[in-house]
Amino acid sequence: MNSIVAQERIIALRKKRSAQDLRFKYYGFIAMCLALAVLVFLLYSIFSRGFSAFQKTTILLEINYDQEVLKLTPDSTDQEIEKGKFFKVKKNALNNVFENLSKSDAKLIKKLFSTNIDKEIKNYYIDNPSVLNTTQKLWVTAHSNVDQMLKGNSRRDVPEDRRKLNDIQLSFIDQLVEEDRIQKEFNNFFFTRADSRHPEIAGIAGSFMGSLLTLFVVFILSFPIAIGASVYLEEFAPKNKLTELIEVNISNLAAVPSIVFGLLGLGVLLNVFGFPRSTPLVGGTVLALMTLPTIIIACRASLKAVPPSIKEGALAIGATKSQAVFHHVVPLALPGTLTGTIIGLAQALGETAPLIMIGMVAFIPNIPTGITEPSASLPVQIFLWVESAERGFQEKSAAAIMIILLFLFMMNALAVYLRNRFEKKW
Amino acid sequence: MFFWSIVLILIGIYSSYILGKSRIKKLVYSTNLKPKSQYNYHAQYVLSWCLLPALIVYFSWAIFEEQIIQNLILDSFEYVEGAAYNDGLLLAEIRNVANNTDFSEGKSQEIINAASQYKSLKLTSEISFYISIIIIMVLGSLYAVRKINIQFNAQDTIEKYIKYILIFCSSIAVLTTIGIIFSLIFESFRFFSQVSIFEFLFSTEWYPFIPIREGQAGAEGSFGAVPIFAGTFLVMIVAMCVAAPIGLLTAIYLSEYASQKVRKTVKPLLEILAGIPTIVYGFFAFVTVAPFVKSFGQSIGIDASPTSALAAGLVMGVMIIPFISSLSDDVINSVPQSLREGSLGIGANKAETIKKVILPAALPGIVGAFLLAISRAIGETMIVVVAAGTAANLTANPFENVTTVTVQIVVALIGDQEFDNPRTLSAFALGLVLFVITLSLNVLALRIVKKYRERYE
Repeated sequence: MNSIVAQERIIALRKKRSAQDLRFKYYGFIAMCLALAVLVFLLYSIFSRGFSAFQKTTILLEINYDQEVLKLTPDSTDQEIEKGKFFKVKKNALNNVFENLSKSDAKLIKKLFSTNIDKEIKNYYIDNPSVLNTTQKLWVTAHSNVDQMLKGNSRRDVPEDRRKLNDIQLSFIDQLVEEDRIQKEFNNFFFTRADSRHPEIAGIAGSFMGSLLTLFVVFILSFPIAIGASVYLEEFAPKNKLTELIEVNISNLAAVPSIVFGLLGLGVLLNVFGFPRSTPLVGGTVLALMTLPTIIIACRASLKAVPPSIKEGALAIGATKSQAVFHHVVPLALPGTLTGTIIGLAQALGETAPLIMIGMVAFIPNIPTGITEPSASLPVQIFLWVESAERGFQEKSAAAIMIILLFLFMMNALAVYLRNRFEKKW
Repeated sequence: MFFWSIVLILIGIYSSYILGKSRIKKLVYSTNLKPKSQYNYHAQYVLSWCLLPALIVYFSWAIFEEQIIQNLILDSFEYVEGAAYNDGLLLAEIRNVANNTDFSEGKSQEIINAASQYKSLKLTSEISFYISIIIIMVLGSLYAVRKINIQFNAQDTIEKYIKYILIFCSSIAVLTTIGIIFSLIFESFRFFSQVSIFEFLFSTEWYPFIPIREGQAGAEGSFGAVPIFAGTFLVMIVAMCVAAPIGLLTAIYLSEYASQKVRKTVKPLLEILAGIPTIVYGFFAFVTVAPFVKSFGQSIGIDASPTSALAAGLVMGVMIIPFISSLSDDVINSVPQSLREGSLGIGANKAETIKKVILPAALPGIVGAFLLAISRAIGETMIVVVAAGTAANLTANPFENVTTVTVQIVVALIGDQEFDNPRTLSAFALGLVLFVITLSLNVLALRIVKKYRERYE
């Protein structure tokens, strides 16, 4: 009797224990799925917001390139064209969007268009000078408010005073849509222009160039220094306190918050050494110092992976130590060091905080051409757009994030490719 | 100047190399003796004596030229009586006038004079730069050429130089640390000469406004950093509440339960989370999570701030999941297999083995991993800059607006920087606190992990 009870109890306990076991396994599984779900959700929320930024809204406008209004003749010089009265032409065109517009309606119509359209009208004329004294149908950029409304990013069904466009403007837009005079097309401005106060003509070309220049500086500085440092520590350094100090230093420097490197850049590079502010030169230097520990650690690992027999073979046939290291070990470790450098560069590409400290956060409306010119960088541009109150910038920042993620993906893929292609298993 | 000096230096490199090689060849022909090292090393020897001094000249010029010119300009500037001057603005104006990038009309005479002086100083500096770099390259090469003879062991010397260069490369990391400590301590010292250290560490009032004119009522700044530390702590706690369970359970699942295939696909996916730039997390927190937290707060009757500690903390937690999971994974994997087998052998099931044997054995390592994650969370900037508030608020309610150390550093430095007022300098004092805390957390964590590793080796 007793033994049956005991047996039942044991069976019950075993069931309970195996249920516990299963539950624990599921907890782990759920945690993993949660982490992956967040990743998917993060990417989804960015991509769903960002895709619309690759299109812009344009409106068909009838423009009369009248010689009298423009104050131009068929044989005007470039300088005269530059000073042509294109804004008057634009004004006439805007007044004739619909027939019989009152003055207040014309003002409302004007706000449906980008402020930059006289430039578009001028550029069309410069490309086709034969249009003088003709009437041309031209697709010109719409204002960001119209763009956002048509993409469904801002809502129509809220009260009028909480909208950027009032009811009359909405009815104008509806009429334009009905007459097929409004369309969406590929947003070339996003890829060819620098930052702007107006979302519809703001682009990432300037900040992208800034990021490239910054990465160039990072590469030029960190790659040779990292190889030098890791060769010294791996092959030449005597085992003493000083070497130990350097090693501890490098591993701790890797964990210093990036913003502290920004303070270093501000306090030492800008204030003591007088580097030019807001430039890729100082940004790249700060980021190079920041990524140096990462790259050194990767380089040392790849130097360690080269078997000692190679060096010993070289030494045995009479090479000096430098010859053995620089002619045999370093070339074999080079793919590994390149992989480490690319990963370090990817880290530098996404870094924002230190660049804000050294003034790369300024509003820069033109594309930089050299490392000593003020410039923005891609992540800082995203930061500026996220912080901006203007609604049209939100999709721009999501789209810029998509570009930066694409580049990070490509860099990492390159690193993996290099590793698989050139890595030797000894 | 950049382009032409590169050209000059390249010419110098080429000609010094040729010079060295021809010199040693001539010596060999004339004496008919075997030199101590190969021709190349002699050439490299001359080259390094040409290149290194040239680089030193180049960099010292690049660093000091502008400052020396500025000081000369300011020294000789004809200050007009009674007008207020700001050195930085004045220099910018002079530079713009000199470069013809200032189009405003009606420049005063003293500015125009200074601009022309600036221009002529620039020209003098450029000419003397080219002359001195050429002279130094020629002198260096000549010195090296004179030292070459048949008995001279150029290879030895070159290898010694290479070693010095390598030592210099590895000392850059140390110099960086010294630079960080020097700049943080120096500027913090200036801050604490204006604000008492006790007020900074123990007072709970953080109003970093500076009176615009003297004696202005109600605008006295106060710099008590306690609410900032509390806010940082709150955000960190929220982040760890998300990351610790998810990261640890994921690590356990991956190392103990998952098949090889799952592990091989999930691990790189988690590494994507670690590789996403922090500004992207900031965007996510600001655009997606913060509105969600606000509406969630409303649904349970709490008025949530749009820049709540919860939104920033949740997203920061997601960011540090991969740190915790990969570090814990390493730690769990290094628990010896014999412990597992012993436990399973006496009849414990997998969950009991993990909970009662593996986790206690791996505890120090896991604690180390958590400490590293905490240090990451405290130093993280962009998520909180975008998603958390800027006003100091001493609270333990995660739905309220709080601010953190890193946010205050950014806010203090993002606008005009004047290095004589405590508002700007406070960034360095906060940076010093941040540096000390993250560094000690890191050192502690590494020590714990190292001890733990030694135990099982």
